[in-house]
Amino acid sequence: MASIDLDHIRHSYVAHPKSERDYALREVDYTFENGGAYALLGPSGCGKTTLLNIISGLLQASHGRLLFDGRDVTNLSTQERNIAQVFQFPVIYDTMTVYDNLAFPLRNRGVPAAEVDRKVRETLEMIGLSDWAKRRARGLTADQKQKISLGRGLVRSDVNAILFDEPLTVIDPHMKWVLRSQLKQLHRRFGYTMIYVTHDQTEALTFAENVVVMYDGQIVQIGTPDALFERPKHTFVGYFIGSPGMNVLPVEVEGVTARLGEHLIALPGAPKGAATELGIRPEYVKVGAEGIPVTVTKVEDIGRHKVVRATLAGQEIAAIVGEDESIPAEPRVHFDPAGINLYADSWRVETGA
Amino acid sequence: MLELRNVTKTVAGADHIRDVSLTLAHGSLNVLLGPTLSGKTSLMRLMAGLDAPTSGHVFFDGKDVTGVPVQRRNVAMVYQQFINYPAMTVYENIASPLRVAGADSARIDREVRQAAELLKLTPYLDRTPLNLSGGQQQRTALARAIVKNASLVLLDEPLANLDYKLREELRAELPKIFAEAGTIFVYATTEPHEALLLGGHTATLSEGRVTQFGPTIEVYRHPVDLVTARTFADPPLNTIVLRKSGASFGLEGGISLPVPDGIAGIADGLYTVAFQPHHISLYKHTPGAVPLEAKVSATEITGSESFIHLDFADARWVMLQPGIHHFEPDQTVRVYVDTRHLMVFDQAGRAVEAPMARAA
Repeated sequence: MASIDLDHIRHSYVAHPKSERDYALREVDYTFENGGAYALLGPSGCGKTTLLNIISGLLQASHGRLLFDGRDVTNLSTQERNIAQVFQFPVIYDTMTVYDNLAFPLRNRGVPAAEVDRKVRETLEMIGLSDWAKRRARGLTADQKQKISLGRGLVRSDVNAILFDEPLTVIDPHMKWVLRSQLKQLHRRFGYTMIYVTHDQTEALTFAENVVVMYDGQIVQIGTPDALFERPKHTFVGYFIGSPGMNVLPVEVEGVTARLGEHLIALPGAPKGAATELGIRPEYVKVGAEGIPVTVTKVEDIGRHKVVRATLAGQEIAAIVGEDESIPAEPRVHFDPAGINLYADSWRVETGA
Repeated sequence: MLELRNVTKTVAGADHIRDVSLTLAHGSLNVLLGPTLSGKTSLMRLMAGLDAPTSGHVFFDGKDVTGVPVQRRNVAMVYQQFINYPAMTVYENIASPLRVAGADSARIDREVRQAAELLKLTPYLDRTPLNLSGGQQQRTALARAIVKNASLVLLDEPLANLDYKLREELRAELPKIFAEAGTIFVYATTEPHEALLLGGHTATLSEGRVTQFGPTIEVYRHPVDLVTARTFADPPLNTIVLRKSGASFGLEGGISLPVPDGIAGIADGLYTVAFQPHHISLYKHTPGAVPLEAKVSATEITGSESFIHLDFADARWVMLQPGIHHFEPDQTVRVYVDTRHLMVFDQAGRAVEAPMARAA
């Protein structure tokens, strides 16, 4: 496995880019550490697949260099880069058995038969298809085929990195749990460098040690799952991560207090600069008899908790209320200061003690 | 209303749908929830008239429409693998049902633009579907179903290929549109979370059978059997087989859970006791919570909560714990089972009684 350096990588699908707008991927200068598990997360069109394709060699970046363990691979083909890839839809040989599908990439590289057998059986066990080894791949269900694709990505241990492009989209929810925790265990055991592209926040956050959040062709934040949740650097991160996303309210800040209409909100500290927006996740909005009065517009009971939609000083706000908690007849909300972040022009402003 | 009476569909000797009876009202939202191959698509095709049942009957507003083909019924169906006319622009794709219905051009223009706006397709109206992303093509198919103004709309995992946040938005918007139009709206999904967010009524499917049909939150809280409870749990339902003896469920040397009051009278013997991942916790939230020692197999952190995978006796459980909690694999932790929400099933998998009444 290798570390992957993105050295001032930029990409434009336009021949002569004139402005930032012409870049599908704006400048990225970052190192994926050897043995790290990373997720690229963002909506469609954010540039995450472009970035993945540049790493895999399916696409040549229009600017910048790509290094594997310090070696320049910018001009090498996908094959020469020696990486494994798993795509959104199954890529398998229908006429081969499940076993041979997994053995194929190993035999191609002249791996000794005993080693092939050991690796294939180990991988079959992991993807839960041991009993299907002798079956032809044709006639399997879509999620079984996708498991074979995953297996093919994982069967080789000599690759520089394993790249995943939305690999679990076609997999049933229960199987997603199983495969996700297996990928994690595998990562821990073998220390593969893994890069995982997804638009599903749960997949990204549970899989990766570091999540790269992309929006509009640029990286807006790279961080651990808890950093993305607690301290979103950009209001887009607050919105995209979490369900419902972070509430963003226009405020006037005076010292350690924010004013929203006629209401005052205590801040965790004074911002080190001008701030005009207050961000707070629904998890930190406490509904009860204390605080600012709100008008509840809708309560969604989704089993393990309720999502309360309300208006506060003319602004829409979401709050989360526990399964066994009730909502008072005259509800009020209190903002837990620990959950408050301040923003100016969508970017987070640090607060002092 | 749409009524299915004892509908069965057999293909080459295999039962795809087994003895399904369902009644769906106008303006209602109905979720078909079940894993891949549980029969969701087969059932929708029978509802639409794309397939005829092997036995049983389909009624629409009291009229027997069994065997009436889809062309002669006012039905719109959207598959996960969307279908569009490749040679037409997005605008014409959306407009096509209105053109077939002979609508005037002013109305066509108004409705196409409305649907396009809702599905964020306005910038792409002049493109052909092949120049769009998968998600945009799927939204084109959805827009066409909206303008068709059908009395029965069937969506088969329609949002599976879309971005997470767009799904969130459409999940809120689509039911509103169809409810306002008085449409019978049927929505198939593999995801329990999606069913809960949609609300309405849910039919859980397993191996071609409807295991339960009722208000979504009721089916979730009071599953009639273990199959339904499992179908409606994500993360997976936690279960353990325990022996009831007197007032408690026990496992030798391990666990003792109180038998819920409402079912105190059941016979002694083996039962499957089940609870949701958020009803087990690192903290003792209620005086009655039962402590036990379990071994951590893996931890997943979403930023706001932790999924902690546990091994207890022969059982593999998931604990959904708010906050960030790091554990080493194989570490032993003390956890508490919230006994207020236990579900109890007999050896045949039937609910002995739906879960205990929640604290008021």
